[in-house]
Amino acid sequence: MRHRVIPFLSIIDDDLVKTVKFKNPNYIGDPINALRIFNAKEVDELFIQDIRASETNSAPNFELIRDMASEAFMPIAYGGGISSMEHMERLFKNGVEKICMNSYALMHSEIVELAVSNFGSQSIAISLDIKKNFFGNGYSVFYKSAKKKYKLGLIDSLKFFQDQGVGEVIINSIDLDGSMAGVDSNLIKICSNSLSVPLIYVGGVGNPNDIKNSIESGSSATGVGSMFVYNGPRKAVLISYTNFDD
Amino acid sequence: MSIAVIDYGLGNVGSICNMLRYISVPYSVESNNLEAISYSDGIILPGVGNFKMAMKILEDSGISNVLKDAVINQQIPILGICLGMQLMCNHSEEGDVKGLGFIDANVTKFKFDTYSNLKIPHMGWSDVIVKKNNILTEDLLDLSRFYFVHSYYVKCKNDEDILMSTNYGHEFTSSFHRDNIFGCQFHPEKSHKYGIQLFKNFSEWCKK
Repeated sequence: MRHRVIPFLSIIDDDLVKTVKFKNPNYIGDPINALRIFNAKEVDELFIQDIRASETNSAPNFELIRDMASEAFMPIAYGGGISSMEHMERLFKNGVEKICMNSYALMHSEIVELAVSNFGSQSIAISLDIKKNFFGNGYSVFYKSAKKKYKLGLIDSLKFFQDQGVGEVIINSIDLDGSMAGVDSNLIKICSNSLSVPLIYVGGVGNPNDIKNSIESGSSATGVGSMFVYNGPRKAVLISYTNFDD
Repeated sequence: MSIAVIDYGLGNVGSICNMLRYISVPYSVESNNLEAISYSDGIILPGVGNFKMAMKILEDSGISNVLKDAVINQQIPILGICLGMQLMCNHSEEGDVKGLGFIDANVTKFKFDTYSNLKIPHMGWSDVIVKKNNILTEDLLDLSRFYFVHSYYVKCKNDEDILMSTNYGHEFTSSFHRDNIFGCQFHPEKSHKYGIQLFKNFSEWCKK
């Protein structure tokens, strides 16, 4: 099967933004406009993440998501602020293919199993935000916009959510977010070796070689943020997409 | 000409409607007004989720009887997408229940040994191989790719019903066609230009 290259669009309220290490959101533009560009470029799949919703305990921005999904002729995954079956049902009705759980699921893990039994594994993913440990080796899982550390370690978290039945795991490197400095191949290897479900890695892609590296380290898909919204060393906003099929 | 898109609570009706609108094909979304299904020129049966639950909804709502009449007696063209394709088969392993029985096929789960690096569900873009050339496969590029999300797949009893196949661990039927019955395992509504072409073909077919 083809390796998927997925633009990750971060939104706050009605704006498309891009962060660095999960901080300093920079305004990129109008999300609908960006979606139309990705549509025209025949993107494999698109992830929309509301990076503020869970911090402020707000529900998903259903109206914006519906407008985006209705423009999209490609699969859409959405994450951010999801805390009930009712939210999920509304998201699927609004044209989202996949629900991506994060902070809420880490605090109330029973929602994952319930979601899987209601909507099927293939539509439920878990996203884990990962930071390298300060001392020694290893990684830790964080949530609430990288502000809180999760009680389980990386591998235990992966196994736990896989056992809950998620169809996919997204690994978000906090350290490399927005850096375009290359992927964390060690992290990808650790995760893909612990999982039997597909792994999507996000964080640090700055050139086609990084995607190759992500594939070779064992990911099923690679998420791309900055590289698809910025251009050149001064990071001018320019939305682009390349599939790197070869 | 109008296509009835069946909304029974499972599956992504919104994206299908958007694509029909994009190619200027008239459609209506039907959930309660079952009579409208019998008057349509074509039917789309979407579906994402659990087979057993979907069959129960179709039966309890009376949709399954209306569909049987429309498809078997009236010979209205129908397109089943993903779970919608599977629902048109005789039986599924998912919940061990009977389907609508429009096509002689069963639904079975992907099974790979533990050494295989293939993941279940089969999720993502895969190529299809066109097995039969007809109006439904017209202008599909030789190696068209479509978006798939599924853990179960269809096994046709009759090879001549296989319209397209795809490789995932082994070759499986990614689309079938017999008489007025058309099913695809992938999601054309989420497969940009390839999906657009497939919906165009389906609506041309409905016109005939």
